[in-house]
Amino acid sequence: MANVDREYQGLAFDYVRSPDQDARVAVRHPVVVVGAGPVGLTAAIDLARRGVPVVVLDDDHKLSVGSRAICFAKRTLEIWDRLDCGDQMVEKGVSWNVGRVFFQDERVYSFDLLPDSGHRRPAFINLQQYYCEGYLHERTAVLPAVDLRWRNRVTGVTPDAEGVTLAIDTPDGPYALRADHVIACDGSRSAVRSLMGLESKGRVFRDRFLIADVRMKADFPAERWFWFDPPFHPNQSVLLHRQPDNVWRIDFQLGWDADPDLERQPERVRPRIRALLGEDAEFEFEWISVYTFACLRMERFRHGRVIFAGDSAHGVSPFGARGANSGVQDADNLAWKLALVLAGKAPDRLLDTYGTEREYAADENILNSTRATDFITPKSDESRVFRDAVLRLAKDHPFARRLVNSGRLSTPATLHGSALNTPDAEAFGGAMVPGSPMTDAPGTMRGHPAWLLSCTGDVFTAILFAGDRGFDEATIAAIRALGTDGIPVKVLIVTAAGATVPSVDGIDYFADDDGAVAARLDARPGTCYLLRPDQHVCARWRTFDADRVRAAVARATCND
Amino acid sequence: MAILNIEPNIAQPDDFYEALIDMHRDLDAEQSRMANAHLILLLANHVGDEAVLREAMQRARALVPTSSDVSTRPA
Ligand SMILES: Cc1cc2nc3c(=O)[nH]c(=O)nc-3n(C[C@H](O)[C@H](O)[C@H](O)COP(=O)(O)OP(=O)(O)OC[C@H]3O[C@@H](n4cnc5c(N)ncnc54)[C@H](O)[C@@H]3O)c2cc1C
Repeated sequence: MANVDREYQGLAFDYVRSPDQDARVAVRHPVVVVGAGPVGLTAAIDLARRGVPVVVLDDDHKLSVGSRAICFAKRTLEIWDRLDCGDQMVEKGVSWNVGRVFFQDERVYSFDLLPDSGHRRPAFINLQQYYCEGYLHERTAVLPAVDLRWRNRVTGVTPDAEGVTLAIDTPDGPYALRADHVIACDGSRSAVRSLMGLESKGRVFRDRFLIADVRMKADFPAERWFWFDPPFHPNQSVLLHRQPDNVWRIDFQLGWDADPDLERQPERVRPRIRALLGEDAEFEFEWISVYTFACLRMERFRHGRVIFAGDSAHGVSPFGARGANSGVQDADNLAWKLALVLAGKAPDRLLDTYGTEREYAADENILNSTRATDFITPKSDESRVFRDAVLRLAKDHPFARRLVNSGRLSTPATLHGSALNTPDAEAFGGAMVPGSPMTDAPGTMRGHPAWLLSCTGDVFTAILFAGDRGFDEATIAAIRALGTDGIPVKVLIVTAAGATVPSVDGIDYFADDDGAVAARLDARPGTCYLLRPDQHVCARWRTFDADRVRAAVARATCND
Repeated sequence: MAILNIEPNIAQPDDFYEALIDMHRDLDAEQSRMANAHLILLLANHVGDEAVLREAMQRARALVPTSSDVSTRPA
């Protein structure tokens, strides 16, 4: 779909009265999502595509105000691809893979976040959060199972054994809803969290950052540029990112003593930007703000029928772009589990694994974010001495480049040790250990160029590597049978380049033209990988055995 | 423990020591601190083995007199 460049920033959505507001008894819904930010919208789309009706409540009637998140990671794009809204994001967004680091007046080094080719998506795109939310919103609009209600503010949350009662305020006054499950995606100041007497705890960083989005014509490349202690902003750091529509994000570290009200005055910001761009630079301000950041998380993300996802559950500093990106992965992890539980195909305790898996991921994100923040804002003289020593060494000493930490950019967590994984019983090399999100690779499907990831997901998928002769009839019958199980498993047969495997009707064949799939998965004929509906590897074997596949599906759904 | 080699390992200890002190010649305190940091990072990477590095860091820190030690030391 072509991008009609609507003024997403200014869009305002109508409040529409719901018949639920006229009901005498609170109407019951299987899932209510609180918050129509990137996480709530992603969760709603994923659930609706699985046939689960979702009510989404948002207290506002606009998209993200100003540009908050801009960097959306490869894994997030892959999740949105699965939900059929990745193309729009990537078409509009500025794709980038390379980051450059400067120290004082020198270029120290650059890094490539996606050095190997053969992936559908780049390491990152930069896209204003209001576009991201706008496209997700458009996606919900074509899903009849999503009932999005603007200007519906949740003011009360009362869980009991059978469900949750929500008190909601609207321009027409209050009403109540009942929900089997509530997904609280209501952001860092989560009302649901505080109404339940819960907290998100952690560390606040004693530093302030000025974030200016400016519109200008400039010819910096589509790369992430990070300066430590540059001549134009001594003793502090500066970060530059290119966004669509000739908008640039410039992020100036200010230090803890800066006065936020003063620093956000345009006449104060202008000289800082001129110092970077040159005295005669012409630009207009899109948005200016001053932030402090914290790394926080709730102790548990699941509280019975109320499940927290995104910023309500955890928060990180933006260096590393792990906020929205990790929240979208929360939604990706939760939707298939909740859909199975609601369909009666998995026990309630499957939802506990949402908590354990995403708490683990949040810890990884917080660790990375904290380390980056400590490098960017050294907490002691000695830590600053080492920081600067690393930067001085980095130019000519490759080892020191690995120590430079201007933000470890978002990569998805590998769910090592998850109870849903079937541990390896055979030897495998490579990165695709149980728990890892499946890698992408190019190939051909039904005569057309295709991507491995786009052929997996939504349901359990077994990736099965064929030998030169394909599979015997008994195996084909077993593959077909898996597709009709209560929790179906789709089998994708991967064929080596040049192999002439006889194709069988109703079975998908993916031609591994470059051998990239086999190489990335350390595969041999017979090797089989089982992916969960969220494309994480949960089991793998050297030979295909339908019963072992079923046992692994049972394990991954708490049905064992 | 004791993965860290604390037995003599430098063939000409006096030469090494002289070179180490020489490294700081004409540097002020701040510059010396920088040079030390460079040196630590270069050597740490050369050693590589994280267990060895952690043991060295632990020993280095353990030898620092605590403030009470310092204050009770005869003037
Ligand atoms: C300056 C800055 C830069 C950032 N850069 C990045 C980046 O590059 N990459 C990245 O991944 N992340 C980034 N982030 C973080 C990112 O913006 C957040 O992680 C993300 O918005 C979280 O999404 P969410 O859906 O959980 O919450 P939010 O986006 O906060 O959405 C919450 C929604 O809930 C609604 N709501 C709140 N209370 C109620 C209520 N009582 N009833 C009903 N609705 C309610 C709100 O109106 C809102 O729409 C950045 C953040 C900042 C501030």
